Amino acid sequence: MHDLPDRGRDGILGYPRTDGRKGIRNLVAVVYTVECAHLVADAIAAPFPDDAHVIGFGGCYPSAYAHRMLERLCTHPNVGAAVLVSLGCEGLDRERLAATVATSGRPVTTLVIQREGGTRATVEAGRAWIEAAVAELANHPRSPMDAGELVVGTICGGSDGTSGITANPVVGRVFDRHVAAGGTAIFEETGELIGCESHMEGRAVTPGLGAQIMARVGKAAAYYTRMGHGSFSPGNAEGGLTTQEEKSLGAYAKSGSGPIHGVVTPAQAPPTPGLYLLDVVPEGDLRWGFPNINDNAEIAELIACGSHVILFTTGRGSVVGSAISPVIKVCANPETYARMPEDMDVNAGRVLSGEATIDEVATELLDLIVATAAGRQTASEALGHREFVLTYKSAEPAGPSCLPTLR
Amino acid sequence: MSRAAGLLRLAEGDNVYIATGPLRPGDVVRADGHDLPITEPVELGHKVAARAIEAGEKVVRFGMPIGSATQAIAAGAWVHTHNLASDYIRTFDHRGGDDHA
Repeated sequence: MHDLPDRGRDGILGYPRTDGRKGIRNLVAVVYTVECAHLVADAIAAPFPDDAHVIGFGGCYPSAYAHRMLERLCTHPNVGAAVLVSLGCEGLDRERLAATVATSGRPVTTLVIQREGGTRATVEAGRAWIEAAVAELANHPRSPMDAGELVVGTICGGSDGTSGITANPVVGRVFDRHVAAGGTAIFEETGELIGCESHMEGRAVTPGLGAQIMARVGKAAAYYTRMGHGSFSPGNAEGGLTTQEEKSLGAYAKSGSGPIHGVVTPAQAPPTPGLYLLDVVPEGDLRWGFPNINDNAEIAELIACGSHVILFTTGRGSVVGSAISPVIKVCANPETYARMPEDMDVNAGRVLSGEATIDEVATELLDLIVATAAGRQTASEALGHREFVLTYKSAEPAGPSCLPTLR
Repeated sequence: MSRAAGLLRLAEGDNVYIATGPLRPGDVVRADGHDLPITEPVELGHKVAARAIEAGEKVVRFGMPIGSATQAIAAGAWVHTHNLASDYIRTFDHRGGDDHA
């Protein structure tokens, strides 16, 4: 329970799932299993903008990582049913994916375009199935959900010199309070924490975890150096950030000040509540290009780790949302907020002008997380943002030294 | 965090301030008990040298080094990619076209 008397108790009615988790949305995932089925999946979902979200994988070659990501997303607590849309000849094992979804107790159907009779027939079949599924999902049982049951992920995008002073410390304060209240929080990413590794090591709950954090940030620094490019965009520099470690320092503020309980990798759910670092950088050689090609690839990974809601801090002004989990936009820069207020949920730039303290904005954001969990649409949801990016990569689950003991 | 008009020092010992709004040459900002004349345009969120910084010296923000000065920087000057470089990975911007991966 968070620290305001009625927060969490009053409003959240979750959707209980068979694995014990609860969702804050009850969506139909429409999943293309190769790019050739993407347009058909989009057309199937189009009449149901709030109820059906399109995710998928474009590649024709098999990918264990993509398969795992789609499994975790189709069985995410915010998802109540799934439609798999396959061309018919691609490498992704749609039968195994469908079996995993069915085992979770969710309604699932697979439409193979080559069998259904082409584009139009598949679109019609998919829409009819979703119409029935949405009616059925409306009767899904609800149960009260404590704010402490929420898994909250955070990312920064379009960072500038204000991000590390306003929005990121606000999220850090929210994380401190959420974790203290028994919640789970996930921050990212190893490549954007280069320069902060020694400080993070000191916050690790065990020396073994501290050593893992040092090794994983070292891996990220080596990986990005060989790529010839840090996780740093021209807009970051225009916004006043000069170096990778300066950007890292600002990004790191999102993690708050509490103990770090573990490290997870993409599609790995934290085993217990606490504060977790998501390591997005693959092990081994440069086989996969940039670890994540943009913010949405990273948001998808945070969601595949179980995040119910994403706190997205932005200085320059990102507009994106995501499929599956709501994205709350926390704007760091008051000039940006004044230019594009409709895309923002929170104006953390008020900290800079002295109109509000970091604590006050953190309380506003905690309230907004609960309201979002209770069904309120975020700015990006209301504007229809449902971005989703999934590319080739590898990810190995973090081992025992990265994780707290199961209680 | 101490607040001067238009400049923010995030931690004791930092050798840069952060601009809380656009600054222009000729502006004189009162910061930490002395007047700092601004010598070039500085936008919101960008850094200003709080004192003279030597070439090779660490630039410190929020108590943490964010790179090393590539040349001597005068007090009040804008601190950015032209005079500060990462100790880890080169920074790419649209002006540094040869940095494309």
